[in-house]
Amino acid sequence: MLELDNIHVSYGSISALNGVSFRVNEGELVALIGSNGAGKSTTLKTISGLLRPRQGRIIYQNRDISREPTDRIVGLGLSHCPEGRRIFGRLTVRENLLLGAARRKGMIPDDLDRIYTLFPRLKERLAQAGGTLSGGEQQMPAIGRALMSRPALLLLDEPSLGLAPLMVEHIFGVIRELKRTGTTMLLVEQNVHHALDVADRAYVMETGRITLDGPAGELKRNPQIEQSYLGR
Amino acid sequence: MSLVYYFIQQIVNALSIGSLYALMAVGLAMVFGILRLINFAHGDMMMIAAYIAAFALFAGLPLWIVILIMIGGTVLVGLLMERVAYRPLRGAPDVALLLSSFAIGVILQNGTLLTMRRIGRPDQIAFPAPPVLSGVLAIGPITVPRLNIVSLVAGIVLLVLLSLFVTRTTLGLSMRAAAEDLDAARLMGINVNRVVASAFAIGAGLAAVAGLLFAVQAGQINPYIGFSPVLKAFIAAVIGGFGSIAGAIIGGYALGGLEVLLTALPGIGDILPPGLVSPGTQAFLKQWLPSWLSGYRDAFVFLALILMLLFRPNGILGKREWDEL
Repeated sequence: MLELDNIHVSYGSISALNGVSFRVNEGELVALIGSNGAGKSTTLKTISGLLRPRQGRIIYQNRDISREPTDRIVGLGLSHCPEGRRIFGRLTVRENLLLGAARRKGMIPDDLDRIYTLFPRLKERLAQAGGTLSGGEQQMPAIGRALMSRPALLLLDEPSLGLAPLMVEHIFGVIRELKRTGTTMLLVEQNVHHALDVADRAYVMETGRITLDGPAGELKRNPQIEQSYLGR
Repeated sequence: MSLVYYFIQQIVNALSIGSLYALMAVGLAMVFGILRLINFAHGDMMMIAAYIAAFALFAGLPLWIVILIMIGGTVLVGLLMERVAYRPLRGAPDVALLLSSFAIGVILQNGTLLTMRRIGRPDQIAFPAPPVLSGVLAIGPITVPRLNIVSLVAGIVLLVLLSLFVTRTTLGLSMRAAAEDLDAARLMGINVNRVVASAFAIGAGLAAVAGLLFAVQAGQINPYIGFSPVLKAFIAAVIGGFGSIAGAIIGGYALGGLEVLLTALPGIGDILPPGLVSPGTQAFLKQWLPSWLSGYRDAFVFLALILMLLFRPNGILGKREWDEL
């Protein structure tokens, strides 16, 4: 479904990705793990077109999207829930959700209902400005908003970062539910333990390169991973 | 009783001037909100609108067609401006956009001047005010210039429509979202170029209406009439909280009120009927609010701007907008 082929990205003269290649198959949940500054978020931003690769191709559903503008990419069914949630603080929760469906018409009430089923607490906060929600609560409309475009592929960037343990469980519950209902996902996560629990496969990134990959269960038992990321 | 009428007239005055400022200020605020650009060429769109209206009226066209041509033409200028002068600079430092806006302003002014000379017109021409917009309207004992009533009604109607647009339509929501976080808006699938172009188009349309009203008020037009209104609109937007549409509206009316107050209050001691206030108060008013003070109106307006920037830099409604400048 998604394939990155030798992607190079730089910020000015500093190179951030040096030849990243990986793939996500239909129906899969693939985790991208690695330490801070490894280039995980850069990878997601490049896929969704916020950054332009200097070199390489990004094939999504058999077409090269590496030169397409972000709005076109989102229109193709690829949705990116960015790091730090990026909720529109002065817009209401409901307006935030509606904007997720900005590119399409029809069936929006059904989609809203689906979001409320995943996040029942959102229903009480619809008229509230997004900025008045706590950091943890903001993750709910952030994911909900990304789902409003009915993505075929969902990119999730650090959905559990800075959340209370209970909220982390909730978010991963939602990720499991999305997986069960057939959403293909690419998950960037610092909580490697949780990430490898839900993922089918995972890639490990270090300084702008993929250094290791394999089925999630296998990686979990990899001594190198255990030592660097699972703290065992 | 005449004092009551005087106050009513002043309030109508304030609301009509406020409408003009608000119509101009929202355009500035919409563009600033998204691009962090203070578009000083905004006033020149207003000037272009006045010229288009003048020549359409010279041609003897009915007013509604004049208004359509004027708005259409000005919107085209606005869209062209965005496409030629600002879109290529996306991602450039804010100051590059600001300089570009000055350049566009000068080009529009000189372009108009050269065109006028080429067709053998003087630099300043009398504006052919349509009858609906001239004369006075008498409501009982109160007489108000028709223009003021039209300005007030046009301003309120257009601003209400704008508010509905930004809260009820997807494009309006997209505009507010883009003003808050451009990249997050892109991730919603919003075509940012379209949103920016819409902001310019709407701003140009509102500036066009303001231009017509302003030209009727002034009686004559020249290529430089946009300068003072864009400064006033800028002040109005700062007073309200820059970048916020609601703030720009509030700021526009606040500035209108302030100006009328600064014009009407000096000399108040001379027109108060005897017996309304104590002789001491009347003498005090005559001494400290002499009529010549109203000549310093603009100085006081700018003083208010400075005080606002010192003590409430985010405006009446704004939040942290200036941090990003």
